[in-house]
Parts: sequence; C-alpha cells; structure tokens
Amino acid sequence: MLLQETVHPLAETAARFVWWLPTLPLIGFVINGLLSLQAATKLGPADPSADADHAHAGHGAHAHDAHDAHAHDAHAHDAHDAHPPRHRYAAITSIIGPGVLIASFVLALAMFFAMRGVEADAPFVSRLFSWMPVGDFKLDAALQLDALSMVMVLVITGIGSLIHVFSVGYMQDDPGYPRYFAYLNLFVFFMLLLVLGANYVVTFVGWEGVGLCSYLLIGFWFSEQANADAGKKAFVVNRIGDFGFMVAMFLLFAHLGTLDYTAIAANAGTLEPGGAVVTAICLFLFIGCTGKSAQIPLFTWLPDAMAGPTPVSALIHAATMVTAGVFLIARSSVLFSLAPVASLTVALVGGLTAIFAASIGLKQWDIKKVLAYSTVSQLGYMFIGVGVGAYTAGVFHLVTHAFFKALLFLGSGSVIFAMHRAYHATHNHGDDAQDMRNMGGLKAMMPVTWTLLWIATLAIAGVPPFSGFFSKDEILSAAYSRAHESTLADASLLGMSGSTVLYLVWILGLASALITAIYMTRMMLYTFHGPNRTDEKSRPHLAEAPWVMTGPLVVLGVLSLFGGWLNLPEVITHMVPLGPAETLEHWLEPVVGEATARVSGGAAHVAVSTEQMLIAGAIVIAIAGIAIAKARLKPEALLTKDASEPSRGFERILERKWYVDEIYDALVVRPIHALSRSVLWKGVDVGLIDTLGANGSAAVTRFAGWIGSQLQTGRVGTYAWLLVIGAVVVLRAFTAGN
Amino acid sequence: MLVESLTLSAALFTIGVIGVLTRRNAIIVFMCVELMLNAVNLSFVALSKLYGATGQVFVIFVMTVAAAEAAVGLAIIIAIFRHKKSVNLQDINLLRG
Amino acid sequence: MHGLLASISYNNWILTVLLALPVLGALALWAQGAAMRHADETARTSAARKLALVVFTAEAVVSLGLWWSVDYSSPLWSGYVAVPWIPAWGIFYRVGVDGIATMLILLTTLLMPLTVLGSWTSIRERAHLFYAMLLVLTTGMLGVFMALDLALFYVFWELMLVPMYLIIGMWGGQRRLYASLKFFLFTMLGSLVMLVAILYIGLTAADPLGRPVFAYDVIVSGATYPGMASLWLFGAFFLAFAVKVPMWPFHTWLPDAHVEAPTAGSVVLASIMLKMGTFGFVRFALPLFPDAATNPAVRSAIVILAVVGIVYGALVSMVQPDFKKLVAYSSVSHLGFVMLGIFAFTTQSLQGALMVNINHGISTGALFLLIGMIYERRHTRQLADFGGIAKVMPLFAVMLTIVALSSIGVPGTNGFVGEFLVLVGAFRTEPIASVIAATVVIFAAVYLLWALQRIIYNPLSKPENQALKDLNARELGLLVPFIAGILWLGLYPKPVLERTQAAANRVIERVHGMGADGSVAGQGR
Repeated sequence: MLLQETVHPLAETAARFVWWLPTLPLIGFVINGLLSLQAATKLGPADPSADADHAHAGHGAHAHDAHDAHAHDAHAHDAHDAHPPRHRYAAITSIIGPGVLIASFVLALAMFFAMRGVEADAPFVSRLFSWMPVGDFKLDAALQLDALSMVMVLVITGIGSLIHVFSVGYMQDDPGYPRYFAYLNLFVFFMLLLVLGANYVVTFVGWEGVGLCSYLLIGFWFSEQANADAGKKAFVVNRIGDFGFMVAMFLLFAHLGTLDYTAIAANAGTLEPGGAVVTAICLFLFIGCTGKSAQIPLFTWLPDAMAGPTPVSALIHAATMVTAGVFLIARSSVLFSLAPVASLTVALVGGLTAIFAASIGLKQWDIKKVLAYSTVSQLGYMFIGVGVGAYTAGVFHLVTHAFFKALLFLGSGSVIFAMHRAYHATHNHGDDAQDMRNMGGLKAMMPVTWTLLWIATLAIAGVPPFSGFFSKDEILSAAYSRAHESTLADASLLGMSGSTVLYLVWILGLASALITAIYMTRMMLYTFHGPNRTDEKSRPHLAEAPWVMTGPLVVLGVLSLFGGWLNLPEVITHMVPLGPAETLEHWLEPVVGEATARVSGGAAHVAVSTEQMLIAGAIVIAIAGIAIAKARLKPEALLTKDASEPSRGFERILERKWYVDEIYDALVVRPIHALSRSVLWKGVDVGLIDTLGANGSAAVTRFAGWIGSQLQTGRVGTYAWLLVIGAVVVLRAFTAGN
Repeated sequence: MLVESLTLSAALFTIGVIGVLTRRNAIIVFMCVELMLNAVNLSFVALSKLYGATGQVFVIFVMTVAAAEAAVGLAIIIAIFRHKKSVNLQDINLLRG
Repeated sequence: MHGLLASISYNNWILTVLLALPVLGALALWAQGAAMRHADETARTSAARKLALVVFTAEAVVSLGLWWSVDYSSPLWSGYVAVPWIPAWGIFYRVGVDGIATMLILLTTLLMPLTVLGSWTSIRERAHLFYAMLLVLTTGMLGVFMALDLALFYVFWELMLVPMYLIIGMWGGQRRLYASLKFFLFTMLGSLVMLVAILYIGLTAADPLGRPVFAYDVIVSGATYPGMASLWLFGAFFLAFAVKVPMWPFHTWLPDAHVEAPTAGSVVLASIMLKMGTFGFVRFALPLFPDAATNPAVRSAIVILAVVGIVYGALVSMVQPDFKKLVAYSSVSHLGFVMLGIFAFTTQSLQGALMVNINHGISTGALFLLIGMIYERRHTRQLADFGGIAKVMPLFAVMLTIVALSSIGVPGTNGFVGEFLVLVGAFRTEPIASVIAATVVIFAAVYLLWALQRIIYNPLSKPENQALKDLNARELGLLVPFIAGILWLGLYPKPVLERTQAAANRVIERVHGMGADGSVAGQGR
C-alpha cells in the first residue's frame, strides 16, 4: 500500500511482466489439457439410460475393448512397450509442455538481470485485480517480486525446464502423455503463484494448488489402487497442514488487520516480541510447513508419493513443492524472528526429522524410497537453518538441494527407465524394476548416469567442493553459533534452555550428516557397483537413456558441482580465493536481513578458529560416512529381491519405517472412522434423532390416535348414551350454583 | 292445566329418551325420536299460554322439520335394510374408528 | 444496460413477471397435457420437457436484467410493488429485492433451465405434471426471496412445500413415500410454529382500526415486544428456518429426501431450497428480533449447533456408502458454515455466508447432476459399484473432479472464497468455533477424494462399468455453466460481493446498531 505513491524502480523493467511468469505455464496447461481431453473424448449417446440397457444386453464386445485399453495402460506403468503407438498429440505436447517453461525461465532471467541493475529494498508489487474486498478486509490478487521470490522463480523455472525436457523422454510411450504435461504445467503455475504471491492468501492458493497437482500426479496411473491411495494420502495429509496455515491467517488478520506481506512486515513491530500471539501465528504456520514439507509428524505422505512418475518426484517431491515450507518461513522471517519459541520448535522438529528420516533411509530397498527419505531428512536440515534464524542458509540449502536431489531423482529415473526397458524387452513382468537388490553393476551399462549420480551423492553427503557441503556446513555452523549467542539461546522450549535445544539440534544435524553419507553410498554401491543381479535375458538390454534424458542430467551435474559458489563462506574465501563470498547472503539481505540480525543479535559469526574446526569436523564426518559404508557393505553378497530373506529386529523396524503409518492408522484413522460410522451415523443420526425424535414422535402420535379411535365404536347407541351423559353433566354444571 | 301439560310432556320425553337408548330396532328408535320431538312440541304449546304465540309458530316449524326428517330417516333405514337385511342398530357400525 | 432497462421501466414489472411466468407456464403445461391425452408417453414427455425448457429459459433471460437494474447501494427496495390483497386482514402483495435476494433469485432462475436439462431423459412418466410442479415450485421459491409482507412470505413458504412433496413422492426412488412424508412433516412442524409467530407479530403491530399489519418495513422499524416475547418469536422463526437449513439436529430429513428424490428434486432441494432457511435468518429472524439474536445464550447455542453441524456432517459424510447420501451430509456441513457466518455477526463472515450459499448451490447442484448422470447409466449410486471409470468416461471424470474440488474448497474455486471469508470473519468474534470449523478442510478432502477415488480411479474391474459411455453433448453443455460459475466466483467474486455488501452491512448494523464501516462494535479492531 505504501508503494502506490512512489514509482518502484522495477516498474519500468521486465518485472512489470511478472504476471506472465505463471501465465505461461497456465497456457501450457490449458492447451495440453484440451489436447488430452480431445483425444480421449467420444461423446456419449443422446439418451444415456436407453444406452445402459443396450449395454447390458451386449456388453461383451464393449468389455473386450475396455479390457484391452486397461491392460495396455497398466503396462505403461511398469514397462514401456517396445514400439507402442505414440500419443496422437505427442509432437505438439513435446513442444508446448517444456516450451512454456523455458519461456518462463527466460523471462525470469530477464527480471533477474533487471533486479541486479537497480537498488530496490522494497519488493515490487504488481496488483492484478481486487479479489475479495469485504469491509475492512481488502484482498488483492497481487504478485510480489523481490530477492527471495526471484531465487525461487529461477529454481522453479530453471529446474522445472530441465525436468520437463527429461519427461519428454521418460514419458514418451505413455498413453496419458498430454495429460501428464498438462498436470506438470499446472503444477508450475501454482508453484510460481506460491512464491510470487504478495499476500498469504495468494500464496495459499499456490500452496493448495501444488498440493492438488501433486495429488493428480501421484495418482497419475490411477488404475492401480495403491497409486490412487498415495495421491489421496498426500492431499489429505497436506490438508492437515493447510488447516494450520489457515488458522495462522485468521490470527494475522485478527491482530494485524491485513494479510499483505509488505503491510505485515511494516506492522509486525506492533506484536509483542515473544508474545503468545506471534508465537501462535508462527506455530500454526509451521503446522502448514510440516504438511507441505513432510516434517514430523506429517511426513508419511512423501515416501508414498513415490508412486508417481519419477520426474514428478524430482520436480515436486524434491526440488520445489516440498521446499515451500522453508520458503514460507523465510517469507515470514519477520514474524519468526519475533517468536523464539516457535523458531526453536522449527529447528528441533527439523533436527529430529533429519535424523529420523535418515535412519529409515538406511534400510530401504526401493531406490526411490531411499531418495524420498533422504529428501525428508534434507528438508529437516533446511528447517534447522530457518529455525535457527539463518534464513539465507536455509534458502541456500533449498537451492543446492534442488540441484543435487533433482539430479538424484532424474538419475534414478534413468536407471528405472533402463530397467523397465530391459524387463519389457524380455517380457519379465515379475521383477521389481525399482528394487536395488535387482540392480547392481550398472556402472558398466550406464557410465554417464553413474558419474553424475556420484557427483550428486558427494554433494548430498557434504564433501567439498560439491554444493551440498557449503550449504550444509552453513546451516550447522549457524546452529552452533546461535546456540552460543542469540535471542533463541535466551528463550526456552519444553523446560530446556534454548541454548541446550540448539546444541541438541546441532548434534542431530551432525549425526544425520553421517547417516546421510552412509545410506547414499549404500544406494550407489548397490545400484552401480558389484555384480549385476538382473536376470540373464534382460541384462543385454540395459543401456543408457536417450540424450533428451541424459542432457538435463549433465546440466544438473554441473549445478550440483558448482552450486556452492552461490554463497561461499568468508572463512573459506579468506583461505582459498575461490570467488566472491556470501553472494546469496547479500542478495537476500533486503528480505531476511532484518530478521536475521534480530535473531543473532548482531553477533553474526563465531570465532574464525571455531568455524574452521566446524568445517573440518563436517568434512571428516562426510568422509567417514562414505568410508563406513564402503567398508561394511558388500554388494557382491547381496541377493535379489525374490531370494532375500525378510529382515529381523531393529533392521526390520527401520525397513518398516518405525511403523509410523501403522501407528497413525490405529490411533487416528480408524478411531475417527469408527466414531463417524458407529457413533455419529448409526448412533446419533439413525438411532437417536430418527428413532427417538422423528419416528418416536410419530409413534406417540399414532398411539394417541389409537386411544381416540377406541371411543369410535360406530354404534349409534353408544353415541346416544354418551350424548345423554354429556347433556346431564353439562346441565348439572350449569345449575350447580343454584 | 299448565302443570299437567308439562308433566305429560316430561313423561313423553323420558319415554322417548329411554326408547332411544335401550331399543335396538332402528324403526323403534326412530319413533322414540319422534316422541321426543312431540313432547317438546307439547311443552311449547303449553308455555305459549304464558309467553305468547311464538311457541305455537315454533311448533309448526318443528313439525315441518320432523316430517322432512321422517322422510329422510325412513329412507335411510330402508336403504340400510336392503343392504344388510337388518335394522338392528348393533349391526350398523360403519363409522367405527 | 442501465438506460435500456430504465427505458422499459424494467424494475416496475420484473418481480411480478418473474412470479407469474412460471405459474402461467404450469397452466400451459397442464393444457398441453390435456390436449395430448391420447398421445403416447414418449411424445408427451418430449413435448412437456421442451415447453418447460422454453418457459424456464424465458424466465432466466428476463431475470438477467436484475443484475444491472437493482440499486445495490440504496437502502430502499428495488422493484418494489405493493398492492392490497386481503385488505381487511392487512395482507398485501408486497414484493421487493435487495442485493442478497437478487443474487439468490438469479441463482434460482439460472439454475432451473439446467435442472430441466438434467431431467431430460430421466423423467419418463407424467412429465407434464412433473414440469408443472417444478414451475410452481419456482414461483414459490422466488416469492420467498421477494416477499416483503410476512403473510405473503408465509404463503410462498408453504407453496414450495407441496410441489416438492409431490416431486419426491411421485418420481422418487424406493422409499420415496417415507422420505417425502418425513420431509413434509419436518418442514411443516417448523413452519406452523412460524405461522403462529407471524400472526402474533401482525396483531401486535395492528393499526388503530385494529387491522393487523404484516408489512416488513413497518415491523422492522417499529415493533417492540414485551419481555420474553421476542425470544419466543425468534424461537418460532428459528425452528422453521433451522429445519430448512438444515441445522443439526433437525437435519435427518435431508439425507432421506435427497437419496429418494429424482435428480431435479435433489438439485433444487440442495441448491435453492436449503438457502431459504439461511435467507430467512438474514431477512427475517435477525432484523425482526435483533435483541433475541444477539442474546449471548441464544447466539452461543446457535454457533455451537452450527459448528456441530459442520463437523458432524463432514464426519458422517466420510462413512457413507451411497454417493448421494454422502453429498447430502456434506450439505449439512456446508450450510453449517453459512450459519456460523451469519451468527458471527461480522461483515466478512456474513458476506462469506452469502457466498457459501451461492457456492453450495452451484457445487452441490452440479454434484447431484453428475450423480444423476451415472445413475442413469448404471442404476446405482453405491460407491462400491464403481471404480476406474475415468478410463471410459474421461469427460465425466474431469467434470466430477472440478466440482468435487470446488466442494472441498480448494483455492481458485468458488468454495474457497466463501469458506475463507466465513472463517476469517468469524475468527474475530468466535475464534474457537472458527478454528474447529476450519478442521473441516481436512475432512472435506477425505470424504470427497475418497468418493472420487472409488468412482473414477482405482482399477476398472467391474464388467458393467467397462461399457459405460461418456457424457453426451447435452450433459456436457449443462455442466459447462456450473464449471464457469465455479471458476468465476473463485477467481473474481468481487461483482457479487459488491452487490451484496450494502445489504449485508444493513443486517450487521441492525444487529449491532452501529456504523457501516464494516467493523464490529466493541469487538476486535
């Protein structure tokens, strides 16, 4: 609102086309969606009920067609036909789907360079139209471009473009090809809305929208119940989080009278620092984040979400959507910096999630499940970062994670693609193409993928100079230094002093770094090293994926390798002149600088020697993890999935994911269903209200009527007697006084 | 004279009431109703000595109505007899609830 | 547009024409039916539905002018007409509209042609009577929205009842007699008590000659009631409206009525008739008895009932095996939002409540039409009988998904706008109720996605489903307006919000007796 008076320096630049960023993918969605429907549509008969009778009579022929289509699609999931007919509109979809994303990315680059050229502390807000104006509640559909949303937009459109291109190869034979790209485009539209929203509600639109697309894409192969279940689970669990988000918005509006980011940033000072209101707002926002970003206790949907196509896992469930929670906290950094208790909660939950998910990752056999738990764990890291008030570090890890995790997922996609193709060529439909026990030794068949995945693995393990090392190190050293001195250290959580909590979080972070290195090395060893465990017939068919898929991997490999240069720590640039230090820190300064300073209390860093020690420790841990895995694991001795015996003891608990799903099912899902069915519906509705209320009153009336009807004998004699008796009584009554 | 007339009227009326209440035959009940009407007529005529000619006018009116009633009533009884072959009131309970 | 409408003095005749047209149409249908007595059933059905469609379309077209012609900011009624009807008892034909009524009238007139299209092939017996009943019903519903005379209002209120009773009772499913009688008795119970209250009000406000006065404006501006009287009167109105809404625990007629009613009956019932109850609160119960409505005990009780209804409806929806029943219980939940919005007494929540009213009309109407479409094909509504039909009916799947998302309240659809405004507004005065109500965002997703999955996703394993044919052009065409409404109100609800703003403010002012700045006296900021 303040901005309307003065012209923003970005107003004359490419930034004024900011609304084109989400609009382009939206156009892609509309075109691809219509193509998909057009191809699938055969309008029904004018009178459907007449046709139903007809269909019953002779459905044999129809059923046969339908069965063929069904069978074909089921194959498309676990095997790509050798030469199936491509979708009628495959060519045009292949252009439009990735095309709109690349166009968005180019536009975003133009805006990025425009932003670099001007000095603008205030965000550039582009008001599109008035959305819900009611009384003193003024809500605009408005987009906001500032340093933070710029970073996010570049990640989303950049990585999104790569993944779209990869999908052209990965999904080439799928009968739902245009539908896939329609959903993917729609996802990018909502994701851009999420990061570009100028108020919480527009962000919420994107927030729910990406959840919706995630639902549609997880259940993309909806003919299998497991996939449809997984999609539904993702949506419902996300909605639990969204409930928190909504309550946070109610609180914000009730106490600040606005939901605009700029106005909230300006008015946040009126909230009592550390007070109940701001703490409640932040905690409810964080509930939203635990849903979307798969943190304890709402993380269970993310591993199931692996039911979707692998590029979807890369884009939505690794690089972009699941990081929305981190973005949201960075976006609300002003509020979180005022609420130390909430921030400590964020950090603690992040730390616990990091180690919990990492421990599960140790024992998964499905290559995508390993990566899924790894994502949950890494998201925990990001929450440690934003929780301890190192917002830049959190965003930094978000970006580098987007690079290396997208690479890991797409790489695993390549592997799965190769396995599928091999199995399909030999008509092997029994073996699981995603189980690492069925792989092994793929290094020889897929050298490019092998190299790139090792880059990503070293990055996620935190080995210098790969990108993950810098971002992870920054988070851990921030946790350590905040434990030392900050507003958080002075607060307390659950009876523990903030300082204790933060040291605990730091230790959790270190421990999960070790476990991360172990399970990632395990994944690489079992997949690419040792002997090949694929059956004899399929083995010759294993080969590198086409270039349309490998190309994006190479780009991501470069990014994973050099992503750390975005924000080199000063302590390293002092020792080794690698380049400019803390670029991202300076870039994000206008957005999170004030909040960061408030949390750290000005004491930005611990002593240089301490910092050097921390870095050395991180490197040792990463290398130790890899070494432990290498020493303990024997890919040569691994048996295929079918030959393996079920695990026992603690291993089994890890493999079954600490039984969290089962516990939730028993404690939450079943009781609610039982309550709804037995108590509310059959009990209160049918039993109490209907039996006692409605039908009960009917019974009372009927009984009263029955009594009355007994007087009605139909005999004139009786009536005459009653008449006389009545007359006598009346006469007596009237003459009683005399 | 007045007392005797009213006494006779009361006696006739009582006989009529008892007849209506106790007899089963529809025709007899019907005749008892007529008896009651005429008992009232008698008291009207007797009392008109005291209160003027209005009572006598009323008697003419009642006799007219009674005639009409007799016509309708007997017709109904005949109709019932045709239907049920009986004029016993105990057998007629179509209005039973 | 304004000039054109003014030049034909649109406002002077529009309301009367809207009320008369359906009745005339019903007479025409009756005449046509009599004339075609000896034709065969198919020919009669075909003629009847065409005539009905023409009448309803004419009604819709004529009514469109209201969008521009009504003076939304004026405190006076638009299209006001007052003609003595039974002058000896002070009863007038007195109609007029404000923004709130206009939106509901437009919803009704625009929806009715679509319900005719929805019944196109499913009503095959006594079609003339069926469509005549729909037309009479329309007059009744429009009359309720327009009436500014309490006695006239009551006449229209009861007028709705009979056609709906017949529609359920004659064209319904297996247990139609039970359902229609239950519907009739529940509604009658409430409205008879309301009749007594209306008579009491009319007699209390009687003019010096002793003639009762039923004029809405006179009663609102002048009437005061001694002691507990206003509470009793409010209670009487509450009962009538609460049954209609339906509020928990007066809701059990609704699932039965919905399940047994033919598609058109369900659509009208859900989309428009349920709105009578909430409209009644806004138009009558609150402005007539502001003291009683703001009485803390009364208000808390209603808010609690509303929240119970919201959560209860959602939970019970979750375990329904019958799709129609599931949607019926979800209506209990949605209408609970409306009640919460009304009785939170903030501008945002009331405006949100009015939006939910309209949104529920669109989304649930479309859901019932969609259910009708698969029922026509499969003759079952059990979720367990379906599965995987997105494969054979892709268009149906897309439509059902969009409508379900709107009903869930996903942002970008109309459902979100209403629920969000209700909750954000109600949070200012009723924070706990609002937070509890907000949990329904979770349950709504559970029950609708569950239904969605069991119908259109999962394996296409049942042979009966493999031969299903996708939507035809008529079905597609009749759903498109709903989809358009869902997106329009979700993305740009401002035109509607603007039009109801002044009327909503007046209700809030009346309740609070304070200024029109939209904030709440003594509450919040």
